[in-house]
Amino acid sequence: MTEQQALYKYCLRLGDNALIQSYRLSEWCSNAPILEEDLALTNFALDMTGRAQALLSYAGKLDGNNKTDDDLAYKRGERDFYNLLITEQPNGGFAHTIARLLYTSTFEYFFYTELLHSADATLAAIAAKTIKEIKYHKAHATDWVLRLGDGTEESHYRMQQGIDSLWMFTGEMFETGEADALLRDKNIAVDLGAVKSKWQASIAAVLAEATLALPKDEYMQTGSLQGVHTEYLGHILTEMQYLQRAYPEAIW
Amino acid sequence: MVKQLHTKKDILNILSVIRDPEIPVVTIEEMGMLRDVLVKDNVVEVILTPTYTGCPAMGIIEHDIKMMLDIAGIADAKVTLVYDPAWTTDWMSDVAKEKLKNYGIAPPLHSSCNHEVFSTNIIECPHCQSKNTAMISRFGSTACKSLFQCNDCKEPFEYFKCH
Ligand SMILES: [Zn+2]
Repeated sequence: MTEQQALYKYCLRLGDNALIQSYRLSEWCSNAPILEEDLALTNFALDMTGRAQALLSYAGKLDGNNKTDDDLAYKRGERDFYNLLITEQPNGGFAHTIARLLYTSTFEYFFYTELLHSADATLAAIAAKTIKEIKYHKAHATDWVLRLGDGTEESHYRMQQGIDSLWMFTGEMFETGEADALLRDKNIAVDLGAVKSKWQASIAAVLAEATLALPKDEYMQTGSLQGVHTEYLGHILTEMQYLQRAYPEAIW
Repeated sequence: MVKQLHTKKDILNILSVIRDPEIPVVTIEEMGMLRDVLVKDNVVEVILTPTYTGCPAMGIIEHDIKMMLDIAGIADAKVTLVYDPAWTTDWMSDVAKEKLKNYGIAPPLHSSCNHEVFSTNIIECPHCQSKNTAMISRFGSTACKSLFQCNDCKEPFEYFKCH
Protein backbone atom coordinates (compact mmCIF):
# COMPACT_ATOMS: atom_id res chain seq x y z
CA MET A 1 0.00 0.00 0.00
CA THR A 2 1.40 3.40 -0.99
CA GLU A 3 0.87 6.54 1.06
CA GLN A 4 -1.60 7.76 -1.55
CA GLN A 5 -3.63 4.54 -1.42
CA ALA A 6 -3.66 4.70 2.37
CA LEU A 7 -4.86 8.30 2.32
CA TYR A 8 -7.53 7.37 -0.23
CA LYS A 9 -8.88 4.67 2.05
CA TYR A 10 -8.66 6.95 5.09
CA CYS A 11 -10.72 9.63 3.34
CA LEU A 12 -13.26 7.07 2.17
CA ARG A 13 -13.74 5.83 5.72
CA LEU A 14 -14.27 9.33 7.10
CA GLY A 15 -16.42 10.36 4.15
CA ASP A 16 -18.55 7.19 4.32
CA ASN A 17 -19.12 7.68 8.05
CA ALA A 18 -20.50 11.13 7.34
CA LEU A 19 -22.53 10.04 4.31
CA ILE A 20 -24.26 7.05 5.89
CA GLN A 21 -24.96 8.84 9.18
CA SER A 22 -26.41 11.67 7.18
CA TYR A 23 -28.66 9.23 5.36
CA ARG A 24 -29.99 7.78 8.61
CA LEU A 25 -30.56 11.19 10.20
CA SER A 26 -32.41 12.36 7.09
CA GLU A 27 -34.95 9.61 7.72
CA TRP A 28 -36.08 11.64 10.74
CA CYS A 29 -37.22 14.44 8.45
CA SER A 30 -40.90 15.06 9.26
CA ASN A 31 -40.83 12.17 11.77
CA ALA A 32 -39.08 13.76 14.77
CA PRO A 33 -41.02 14.12 18.03
CA ILE A 34 -41.11 17.93 17.85
CA LEU A 35 -40.55 20.48 15.09
CA GLU A 36 -37.33 21.87 16.62
CA GLU A 37 -35.93 18.36 16.67
CA ASP A 38 -36.84 17.85 13.05
CA LEU A 39 -34.82 20.98 12.26
CA ALA A 40 -31.91 19.90 14.43
CA LEU A 41 -31.53 16.38 13.04
CA THR A 42 -31.88 17.46 9.43
CA ASN A 43 -29.38 20.26 10.06
CA PHE A 44 -26.92 17.66 11.32
CA ALA A 45 -27.62 15.52 8.27
CA LEU A 46 -26.82 18.49 6.08
CA ASP A 47 -23.55 19.15 7.94
CA MET A 48 -22.61 15.52 7.40
CA THR A 49 -23.48 15.54 3.71
CA GLY A 50 -21.20 18.55 3.37
CA ARG A 51 -18.44 16.79 5.24
CA ALA A 52 -18.89 13.70 3.07
CA GLN A 53 -18.74 15.85 -0.03
CA ALA A 54 -15.44 17.45 1.04
CA LEU A 55 -13.86 14.12 1.98
CA LEU A 56 -15.09 12.15 -1.02
CA SER A 57 -14.05 14.93 -3.42
CA TYR A 58 -10.59 14.78 -1.91
CA ALA A 59 -10.57 10.97 -2.13
CA GLY A 60 -11.54 11.25 -5.79
CA LYS A 61 -8.54 13.47 -6.45
CA LEU A 62 -6.20 11.07 -4.67
CA ASP A 63 -7.51 8.12 -6.64
CA GLY A 64 -6.18 9.66 -9.85
CA ASN A 65 -9.04 8.33 -12.00
CA ASN A 66 -10.93 11.62 -12.11
CA LYS A 67 -13.65 10.30 -9.83
CA THR A 68 -16.00 12.88 -8.38
CA ASP A 69 -17.66 12.84 -4.96
CA ASP A 70 -20.85 11.72 -6.72
CA ASP A 71 -19.07 8.83 -8.44
CA LEU A 72 -17.82 7.63 -5.08
CA ALA A 73 -21.19 8.01 -3.37
CA TYR A 74 -23.37 6.52 -6.09
CA LYS A 75 -21.22 4.08 -8.02
CA ARG A 76 -19.45 2.11 -5.34
CA GLY A 77 -20.59 -1.30 -4.19
CA GLU A 78 -21.28 -2.25 -0.60
CA ARG A 79 -17.97 -4.01 -0.06
CA ASP A 80 -16.10 -0.85 -1.02
CA PHE A 81 -17.76 1.24 1.70
CA TYR A 82 -15.80 1.63 4.93
CA ASN A 83 -18.28 3.38 7.21
CA LEU A 84 -18.54 2.15 10.79
CA LEU A 85 -21.32 -0.39 11.33
CA ILE A 86 -22.93 1.86 13.96
CA THR A 87 -23.68 4.49 11.31
CA GLU A 88 -25.76 2.13 9.15
CA GLN A 89 -27.90 0.67 11.96
CA PRO A 90 -31.61 1.54 11.75
CA ASN A 91 -32.72 4.61 13.68
CA GLY A 92 -34.98 2.77 16.11
CA GLY A 93 -36.81 5.10 18.46
CA PHE A 94 -35.71 8.65 19.18
CA ALA A 95 -33.66 7.62 22.24
CA HIS A 96 -31.91 5.00 20.11
CA THR A 97 -30.91 7.60 17.54
CA ILE A 98 -29.75 9.94 20.32
CA ALA A 99 -27.63 7.17 21.85
CA ARG A 100 -25.91 6.68 18.51
CA LEU A 101 -25.42 10.42 18.10
CA LEU A 102 -23.83 10.60 21.54
CA TYR A 103 -21.38 7.81 20.70
CA THR A 104 -20.48 9.05 17.24
CA SER A 105 -20.41 12.81 17.90
CA THR A 106 -18.26 12.35 21.02
CA PHE A 107 -15.91 10.20 18.96
CA GLU A 108 -15.87 12.70 16.11
CA TYR A 109 -15.31 15.58 18.50
CA PHE A 110 -12.07 14.09 19.84
CA PHE A 111 -11.10 12.64 16.46
CA TYR A 112 -11.43 15.87 14.48
CA THR A 113 -9.81 17.90 17.26
CA GLU A 114 -6.73 15.72 16.69
CA LEU A 115 -7.09 15.85 12.91
CA LEU A 116 -6.67 19.65 13.10
CA HIS A 117 -2.96 18.90 13.57
CA SER A 118 -2.70 16.51 10.62
CA ALA A 119 0.34 16.92 8.39
CA ASP A 120 -2.06 16.74 5.45
CA ALA A 121 -3.22 20.33 4.87
CA THR A 122 -6.52 19.37 3.21
CA LEU A 123 -7.55 17.04 6.03
CA ALA A 124 -6.58 19.65 8.60
CA ALA A 125 -8.67 22.26 6.79
CA ILE A 126 -11.70 19.96 6.55
CA ALA A 127 -11.28 19.24 10.26
CA ALA A 128 -11.24 22.97 11.05
CA LYS A 129 -14.49 23.39 9.18
CA THR A 130 -16.25 20.34 10.52
CA ILE A 131 -15.23 20.60 14.19
CA LYS A 132 -17.38 23.70 14.63
CA GLU A 133 -20.40 21.71 13.48
CA ILE A 134 -19.56 18.61 15.52
CA LYS A 135 -19.54 20.73 18.68
CA TYR A 136 -23.22 21.37 18.09
CA HIS A 137 -23.96 17.70 17.42
CA LYS A 138 -22.21 16.64 20.61
CA ALA A 139 -23.83 19.31 22.77
CA HIS A 140 -27.24 18.41 21.39
CA ALA A 141 -26.84 14.65 21.92
CA THR A 142 -25.49 15.21 25.43
CA ASP A 143 -28.44 17.45 26.34
CA TRP A 144 -30.92 14.82 25.24
CA VAL A 145 -29.15 11.93 26.97
CA LEU A 146 -29.25 13.91 30.24
CA ARG A 147 -32.86 14.88 29.74
CA LEU A 148 -34.12 11.40 28.83
CA GLY A 149 -31.81 9.47 31.17
CA ASP A 150 -32.65 11.64 34.15
CA GLY A 151 -36.29 12.02 33.06
CA THR A 152 -39.27 9.77 33.59
CA GLU A 153 -39.15 6.04 34.23
CA GLU A 154 -40.13 5.42 30.61
CA SER A 155 -37.58 7.84 29.09
CA HIS A 156 -34.85 6.45 31.35
CA TYR A 157 -35.68 2.91 30.24
CA ARG A 158 -35.63 3.82 26.54
CA MET A 159 -32.39 5.77 26.83
CA GLN A 160 -30.69 2.90 28.65
CA GLN A 161 -31.94 0.48 25.97
CA GLY A 162 -30.41 2.63 23.24
CA ILE A 163 -27.11 2.99 25.11
CA ASP A 164 -26.91 -0.76 25.76
CA SER A 165 -27.90 -2.05 22.35
CA LEU A 166 -25.43 0.12 20.43
CA TRP A 167 -22.49 -0.45 22.77
CA MET A 168 -21.26 -3.49 20.83
CA PHE A 169 -20.71 -1.25 17.80
CA THR A 170 -18.43 1.22 19.60
CA GLY A 171 -15.31 -0.95 19.65
CA GLU A 172 -14.94 -0.51 15.90
CA MET A 173 -14.37 3.22 16.19
CA PHE A 174 -10.88 2.58 17.56
CA GLU A 175 -9.82 -0.21 15.21
CA THR A 176 -6.84 0.50 13.02
CA GLY A 177 -5.65 -1.09 9.82
CA GLU A 178 -2.72 -0.92 7.45
CA ALA A 179 -3.68 2.55 6.21
CA ASP A 180 -3.76 3.99 9.73
CA ALA A 181 -0.34 2.62 10.59
CA LEU A 182 1.20 4.00 7.42
CA LEU A 183 -0.39 7.43 7.86
CA ARG A 184 0.42 7.59 11.58
CA ASP A 185 4.10 7.42 10.69
CA LYS A 186 3.65 10.49 8.50
CA ASN A 187 1.66 12.36 11.17
CA ILE A 188 -1.35 12.41 8.85
CA ALA A 189 -3.68 10.04 10.70
CA VAL A 190 -5.07 10.49 14.19
CA ASP A 191 -3.79 8.45 17.14
CA LEU A 192 -6.95 6.47 17.93
CA GLY A 193 -5.53 5.25 21.23
CA ALA A 194 -5.52 8.80 22.55
CA VAL A 195 -9.03 9.38 21.18
CA LYS A 196 -10.27 6.20 22.87
CA SER A 197 -9.32 7.20 26.41
CA LYS A 198 -10.89 10.65 25.98
CA TRP A 199 -14.02 9.10 24.49
CA GLN A 200 -14.39 6.59 27.32
CA ALA A 201 -13.96 9.26 30.00
CA SER A 202 -16.43 11.59 28.32
CA ILE A 203 -19.12 8.92 27.77
CA ALA A 204 -18.72 7.64 31.34
CA ALA A 205 -19.20 11.16 32.71
CA VAL A 206 -22.31 11.88 30.62
CA LEU A 207 -23.93 8.54 31.47
CA ALA A 208 -23.21 8.98 35.18
CA GLU A 209 -24.80 12.43 35.16
CA ALA A 210 -27.78 11.02 33.24
CA THR A 211 -28.19 8.30 35.92
CA LEU A 212 -27.57 5.68 33.23
CA ALA A 213 -25.41 2.58 33.61
CA LEU A 214 -22.22 2.33 31.57
CA PRO A 215 -22.45 -0.90 29.54
CA LYS A 216 -19.85 -3.59 30.13
CA ASP A 217 -17.40 -4.48 27.39
CA GLU A 218 -18.42 -7.78 25.88
CA TYR A 219 -18.30 -8.95 22.28
CA MET A 220 -17.62 -6.04 19.93
CA GLN A 221 -18.86 -6.07 16.35
CA THR A 222 -16.24 -5.68 13.64
CA GLY A 223 -15.85 -5.77 9.86
CA SER A 224 -16.27 -2.35 8.26
CA LEU A 225 -12.54 -1.70 7.97
CA GLN A 226 -12.54 -4.63 5.51
CA GLY A 227 -15.79 -3.49 3.89
CA VAL A 228 -17.83 -6.19 5.62
CA HIS A 229 -21.17 -4.76 6.69
CA THR A 230 -24.42 -5.61 8.39
CA GLU A 231 -27.39 -6.26 6.09
CA TYR A 232 -28.57 -2.66 6.52
CA LEU A 233 -25.95 -0.98 4.34
CA GLY A 234 -27.12 -2.90 1.27
CA HIS A 235 -30.65 -1.62 1.82
CA ILE A 236 -29.42 1.95 2.22
CA LEU A 237 -27.41 1.78 -1.00
CA THR A 238 -30.29 0.18 -2.89
CA GLU A 239 -32.31 3.30 -2.26
CA MET A 240 -29.50 5.89 -2.30
CA GLN A 241 -27.95 4.65 -5.55
CA TYR A 242 -31.16 3.73 -7.35
CA LEU A 243 -31.25 6.65 -9.74
CA GLN A 244 -27.64 6.38 -10.88
CA ARG A 245 -28.02 2.64 -11.37
CA ALA A 246 -31.32 2.84 -13.25
CA TYR A 247 -30.28 5.87 -15.32
CA PRO A 248 -26.49 5.94 -15.45
CA GLU A 249 -24.97 9.43 -15.79
CA ALA A 250 -28.35 11.10 -15.18
CA ILE A 251 -27.92 14.75 -14.25
CA TRP A 252 -30.37 17.46 -13.25
CA MET B 1 -3.78 36.65 -31.34
CA VAL B 2 -4.54 36.27 -27.68
CA LYS B 3 -4.60 39.30 -25.52
CA GLN B 4 -5.37 39.86 -21.87
CA LEU B 5 -8.97 40.93 -21.99
CA HIS B 6 -9.91 40.93 -18.36
CA THR B 7 -7.89 41.83 -15.32
CA LYS B 8 -8.50 40.46 -11.86
CA LYS B 9 -10.03 43.81 -10.97
CA ASP B 10 -12.52 43.63 -13.86
CA ILE B 11 -13.58 40.16 -12.81
CA LEU B 12 -13.97 41.07 -9.15
CA ASN B 13 -16.12 43.94 -10.35
CA ILE B 14 -18.35 41.59 -12.34
CA LEU B 15 -18.65 39.18 -9.42
CA SER B 16 -19.30 41.90 -6.85
CA VAL B 17 -23.02 41.90 -7.67
CA ILE B 18 -23.59 38.20 -6.93
CA ARG B 19 -25.75 37.75 -3.88
CA ASP B 20 -25.95 35.01 -1.33
CA PRO B 21 -29.01 33.06 -2.55
CA GLU B 22 -30.20 32.43 1.00
CA ILE B 23 -29.63 35.97 2.31
CA PRO B 24 -30.14 38.08 -0.80
CA VAL B 25 -29.30 41.39 0.90
CA VAL B 26 -25.59 40.56 1.03
CA THR B 27 -23.14 39.70 -1.72
CA ILE B 28 -20.74 36.77 -1.69
CA GLU B 29 -17.92 39.30 -1.50
CA GLU B 30 -19.34 40.92 1.62
CA MET B 31 -19.81 37.48 3.16
CA GLY B 32 -16.12 36.79 2.70
CA MET B 33 -16.74 33.78 0.49
CA LEU B 34 -15.02 35.18 -2.58
CA ARG B 35 -11.36 34.58 -1.76
CA ASP B 36 -9.45 35.27 -4.96
CA VAL B 37 -9.46 35.45 -8.73
CA LEU B 38 -6.60 34.03 -10.76
CA VAL B 39 -6.15 35.03 -14.37
CA LYS B 40 -3.60 33.04 -16.30
CA ASP B 41 -3.34 32.76 -20.08
CA ASN B 42 -6.85 34.17 -20.26
CA VAL B 43 -8.24 31.34 -18.16
CA VAL B 44 -10.14 32.61 -15.18
CA GLU B 45 -10.22 30.70 -11.92
CA VAL B 46 -12.41 31.92 -9.10
CA ILE B 47 -11.48 30.77 -5.61
CA LEU B 48 -14.44 30.33 -3.29
CA THR B 49 -14.65 29.13 0.26
CA PRO B 50 -17.84 27.52 1.57
CA THR B 51 -19.42 29.01 4.67
CA TYR B 52 -20.81 25.75 6.02
CA THR B 53 -19.74 22.38 4.68
CA GLY B 54 -23.23 21.37 3.67
CA CYS B 55 -24.35 24.78 2.45
CA PRO B 56 -26.70 24.06 -0.47
CA ALA B 57 -26.18 27.61 -1.73
CA MET B 58 -22.70 26.74 -2.98
CA GLY B 59 -23.98 25.07 -6.15
CA ILE B 60 -26.16 28.07 -6.96
CA ILE B 61 -23.30 30.49 -6.31
CA GLU B 62 -20.99 28.51 -8.58
CA HIS B 63 -23.63 28.59 -11.28
CA ASP B 64 -24.14 32.35 -10.81
CA ILE B 65 -20.42 33.02 -11.11
CA LYS B 66 -20.13 31.07 -14.35
CA MET B 67 -23.22 32.71 -15.73
CA MET B 68 -22.06 36.25 -14.90
CA LEU B 69 -18.67 35.62 -16.43
CA ASP B 70 -20.24 34.02 -19.47
CA ILE B 71 -22.41 37.08 -20.04
CA ALA B 72 -19.26 39.20 -19.82
CA GLY B 73 -17.73 37.06 -22.56
CA ILE B 74 -15.50 34.99 -20.33
CA ALA B 75 -16.12 31.39 -21.23
CA ASP B 76 -14.95 28.29 -19.37
CA ALA B 77 -14.23 29.98 -16.08
CA LYS B 78 -13.24 27.57 -13.36
CA VAL B 79 -14.63 27.74 -9.85
CA THR B 80 -12.49 26.09 -7.20
CA LEU B 81 -13.65 25.44 -3.66
CA VAL B 82 -10.96 25.74 -1.02
CA TYR B 83 -11.35 24.72 2.60
CA ASP B 84 -8.07 26.07 3.89
CA PRO B 85 -8.17 28.45 5.68
CA ALA B 86 -11.65 27.66 6.98
CA TRP B 87 -14.24 30.40 6.56
CA THR B 88 -15.24 32.22 9.70
CA THR B 89 -18.01 34.75 10.32
CA ASP B 90 -15.21 37.18 11.23
CA TRP B 91 -14.61 37.56 7.48
CA MET B 92 -18.05 39.03 7.07
CA SER B 93 -17.68 42.76 6.51
CA ASP B 94 -19.24 45.32 8.86
CA VAL B 95 -21.38 46.43 5.94
CA ALA B 96 -22.69 42.88 5.60
CA LYS B 97 -23.43 42.65 9.32
CA GLU B 98 -25.37 45.92 9.18
CA LYS B 99 -27.33 44.67 6.17
CA LEU B 100 -28.18 41.43 7.95
CA LYS B 101 -29.48 43.37 10.92
CA ASN B 102 -31.66 45.59 8.74
CA TYR B 103 -32.96 42.45 7.05
CA GLY B 104 -34.08 41.12 10.45
CA ILE B 105 -31.26 38.66 11.12
CA ALA B 106 -29.11 39.31 14.19
CA PRO B 107 -25.49 39.35 12.94
CA PRO B 108 -22.89 36.96 14.38
CA LEU B 109 -20.83 37.93 17.40
CA HIS B 110 -17.06 37.58 17.16
CA SER B 111 -16.04 33.95 16.62
CA SER B 112 -14.25 33.90 19.97
CA CYS B 113 -17.81 33.38 21.25
CA ASN B 114 -17.79 29.88 19.78
CA HIS B 115 -18.87 28.53 23.14
CA GLU B 116 -22.28 29.90 22.29
CA VAL B 117 -23.26 26.27 21.75
CA PHE B 118 -24.05 26.57 25.42
CA SER B 119 -26.09 29.70 24.75
CA THR B 120 -24.81 32.15 27.34
CA ASN B 121 -24.26 35.04 24.93
CA ILE B 122 -26.62 37.99 24.77
CA ILE B 123 -28.05 38.39 21.29
CA GLU B 124 -29.58 41.75 20.49
CA CYS B 125 -33.02 41.87 18.86
CA PRO B 126 -32.59 43.19 15.28
CA HIS B 127 -36.04 44.79 15.45
CA CYS B 128 -36.01 46.80 18.70
CA GLN B 129 -32.39 46.40 19.91
CA SER B 130 -33.53 44.87 23.18
CA LYS B 131 -31.01 42.64 24.89
CA ASN B 132 -33.79 40.73 26.60
CA THR B 133 -34.00 37.80 24.16
CA ALA B 134 -34.12 34.02 24.42
CA MET B 135 -33.14 31.16 22.16
CA ILE B 136 -36.07 29.08 20.91
CA SER B 137 -34.12 26.58 18.84
CA ARG B 138 -30.41 26.13 18.15
CA PHE B 139 -31.33 25.29 14.58
CA GLY B 140 -33.28 27.33 12.08
CA SER B 141 -34.23 27.46 8.43
CA THR B 142 -30.61 27.06 7.34
CA ALA B 143 -27.55 25.48 8.92
CA CYS B 144 -26.04 28.88 9.69
CA LYS B 145 -28.86 30.28 11.79
CA SER B 146 -30.66 29.65 15.06
CA LEU B 147 -34.05 30.88 16.22
CA PHE B 148 -34.60 33.53 18.90
CA GLN B 149 -37.47 35.47 20.33
CA CYS B 150 -37.42 38.99 21.74
CA ASN B 151 -39.04 39.23 25.17
CA ASP B 152 -39.77 42.94 24.72
CA CYS B 153 -41.23 43.36 21.22
CA LYS B 154 -42.21 39.66 21.20
CA GLU B 155 -41.01 39.25 17.61
CA PRO B 156 -39.18 36.06 16.66
CA PHE B 157 -35.94 36.51 14.74
CA GLU B 158 -33.04 34.55 13.35
CA TYR B 159 -29.49 34.81 14.60
CA PHE B 160 -26.55 34.11 12.30
CA LYS B 161 -24.40 31.82 14.44
CA CYS B 162 -20.78 32.78 14.80
CA HIS B 163 -18.57 30.23 13.19
ZN1 LIG C 1 -37.34 43.14 19.97
